[in-house]
Amino acid sequence: MSKRTLDIEVLRYDPEQDTEPHFMSYQVPCEEDWAILDALNYIKEELDTTLAFRWSCHMMVCGSCGMMVNGEPVLTCKTFVRDLPKDVRIEPLENFPIERDLVVVLDDVMEKLQMAKPYIIRKDPPPENEEFNQPRSALYKFKQYTMCVNCMCCYSACPQYALDSSFIGPAVLALAHRYNIDSRDQGKSERLDILADHDGVWNCSFVGACSEVCPKNVDPAAALQQMKIDGAKAYWLQKLPGGKS
Amino acid sequence: METIHADVVIVGAGGAGLRAAIAIAETDPSLEIALISKVYPMRSHTCAAEGGAAGVKGADDSLEMHFNDTVSGGDWLCDQEVVEYFVSQASRELIQLEHWGCPWSREDDGSVAVRPFGGMKKKRTWYAADKSGFHILHTLFQTSLQFPSIKRYDEYFALDLLHKDGKCRGVVAMEMRSGRFFAYHAPAVIMASGGAGQVFPFTTNGAVKTGDGMAMAYRAGIPLKDMEFVQYHPTGLPGTGILLTEGCRGEGGILVNKNGYRYLQDYGMGPETPIGSPVLKTMELGPRDRLSQAFWHEQKKGNTVETPWGHSVLLDMRHLGEKKINERLPLVRELASSYVGHDPVKEPVPVRPVIHFMMGGIDTNLNGETQMPGLFAIGETACSGLHGANRLGSNSLTDLLVSGKRSADRASAYAKETGRSEDNPTLRAQAEDIVGNVRGLLQRSGGGETTAGVRREMRDSLESGAGIYRDEKGAQATCDKVAELHERFQGIEVNDKSNVFNTDLQQLLELRNLLDVAETVAEGSLQRRESRGAHQRLDFVGRDDENFLKHSLAFREPKGRPRIEWLDVTITRSQPGVRDYSGGKDK
Repeated sequence: MSKRTLDIEVLRYDPEQDTEPHFMSYQVPCEEDWAILDALNYIKEELDTTLAFRWSCHMMVCGSCGMMVNGEPVLTCKTFVRDLPKDVRIEPLENFPIERDLVVVLDDVMEKLQMAKPYIIRKDPPPENEEFNQPRSALYKFKQYTMCVNCMCCYSACPQYALDSSFIGPAVLALAHRYNIDSRDQGKSERLDILADHDGVWNCSFVGACSEVCPKNVDPAAALQQMKIDGAKAYWLQKLPGGKS
Repeated sequence: METIHADVVIVGAGGAGLRAAIAIAETDPSLEIALISKVYPMRSHTCAAEGGAAGVKGADDSLEMHFNDTVSGGDWLCDQEVVEYFVSQASRELIQLEHWGCPWSREDDGSVAVRPFGGMKKKRTWYAADKSGFHILHTLFQTSLQFPSIKRYDEYFALDLLHKDGKCRGVVAMEMRSGRFFAYHAPAVIMASGGAGQVFPFTTNGAVKTGDGMAMAYRAGIPLKDMEFVQYHPTGLPGTGILLTEGCRGEGGILVNKNGYRYLQDYGMGPETPIGSPVLKTMELGPRDRLSQAFWHEQKKGNTVETPWGHSVLLDMRHLGEKKINERLPLVRELASSYVGHDPVKEPVPVRPVIHFMMGGIDTNLNGETQMPGLFAIGETACSGLHGANRLGSNSLTDLLVSGKRSADRASAYAKETGRSEDNPTLRAQAEDIVGNVRGLLQRSGGGETTAGVRREMRDSLESGAGIYRDEKGAQATCDKVAELHERFQGIEVNDKSNVFNTDLQQLLELRNLLDVAETVAEGSLQRRESRGAHQRLDFVGRDDENFLKHSLAFREPKGRPRIEWLDVTITRSQPGVRDYSGGKDK
């Protein structure tokens, strides 16, 4: 396996010592088949144990290791040395406050997740001692929106969230949509308030950056578009004589 | 130090911890739950499970058959009353998940689909493509958000247990973002902190799996049970150790050596079955221990393939076709293509055995109760005796649910009966000691050792002395090495002095836990002088029921190596017999 040395600049910030973030450079002898996360672990083990970053699974499912690599929000376990130039710059995800080094504060999105009521809401009881029947066609309607790993890359890419962090944002809206269109759910009307609100889908400017950067091909932009159509329908239904949402 | 009072503290917010939290919240909303996790719940390693969760489903299947598969799969080291309860609750729990929205894959008629899995006589593994654990975890996490009584403490690192008069009274944890310490007082604590694959160099397990809960219980005087039983999954990617699910073989993938020969037929798992029509419980659908051991022999014989990442065999899935692979195994395709550059649609993928699961753990009974009243343990961190000497694939995801629910019910009842614990000087002093210990680690300097260095030596030693095959000399050397590393641990300096998200300190604390777990794995490997399931001794070939139809219990000794005691296995209706994977013979 051939080695290649990368010059990696990493944004560092310790709120106890630094008045502002600054870059530190490391020369890292990388194996050609490494992910850039492996290079960060090399730095941590061999060069500088004080570097802070989140990671766990190293297989694209836990969603911990989202960072900016050469300006793009990515999962670092899914971004390979072979695809990168010699100079690499790693920064914390944009649009989030920095907690420490490459670790960002996620409180805002975690709170929004709760607001979307991302769970099955039933008015009738579920079938007794057996599963719901759900044809594959019904499963495939929402399946792609279940793939989100909450890596938050889409929030980093979203121009609307950058302007106004009260916007609920791509991942959470896509998740709400996932439950709205699940044939087992009866809670759509309960999610309407939040979603059709000023900070909900209507605030999306439909640039589609979220879907472009999504490492799991969730396509939140498509979810938001569908929700806008649904939302508009619900709005006009309300306006009909005797109408209800 | 701040004090937090709760009725039940749960340490770990993966599949087991979340299931337990939901169970408590549903049954009694008045109970306050503190759910502590060193990572956000969706980062927990449950997310990495791929293949599925077992529960009897088909009309041709029965609880009896699931019981028999599990007990023989575990080489009769299973506690049979635990297995009986487990199989009886399995499908109920999987249906519950379905009602909560888990996107299970479906049959043509819209019912939940099941797939074949290793060591299972019938198709009974419920799956969501090849991201079953991921979907189970997210379904549980999202479902948990509706219960206000579940108060989460995300990114709080649990340090040690609080106990008084032999009873568990809480836990102390450190908030990662601030470095502040919190004493949680509660009558009941449930450990749900996962396994300890990070004790080995080459593992499917994520960085988080450092045996924290096992080590905390062990330090509090609770024995760890059956720690010598460590599962190698037969099909990991060489280099990274990334898991390729048993579902690959369940769907019909085959294993061949460098000559293109399906070598499993030479290791008691033949005769060969037709390619593309897998036969249950034989050949590629044999149990994991047997498949991993077969690899070891093939390597000895020179039949393995050399790759840039070391010796491998080949997992051939080409005959499944692109459509089926995309529908049932999309993650496998992505992982194999990205990490070793082999697209399973077009070429065989190199694979090799990789550390995957700890059958052992905190000694519990069927209820998740430990030897310390008030302390419960569930999921991989526990050893209830369900998996015996070798876990069958897809039994562990179900176990998270079954043990999570049962233990939650017991813990709630216990918490109500016992009542909130009062703050008192003993517990306060204990908490101060725990914190003082951590501060001491942070401040010491000049020992010349590094976390990464000691960790690497520990891992290499575990692999050489407690790997797929073991012997007296190798296991003894590993016991000695781990004891030496415990000493050298004292010489590790923490360079990072910050209070904010100090991962240098966290990794040192995790290493402390890993070393505690490592010594029990090594000692069990040395003292179990027989071969059973995943524990194979070159110098003690074959199972020895006369002397070792027993669980090992490793107790911590203040100085020196752990003390091993032996505990009888509970047998209700299946006497030890021959494990037969030659296809079709056992009923």
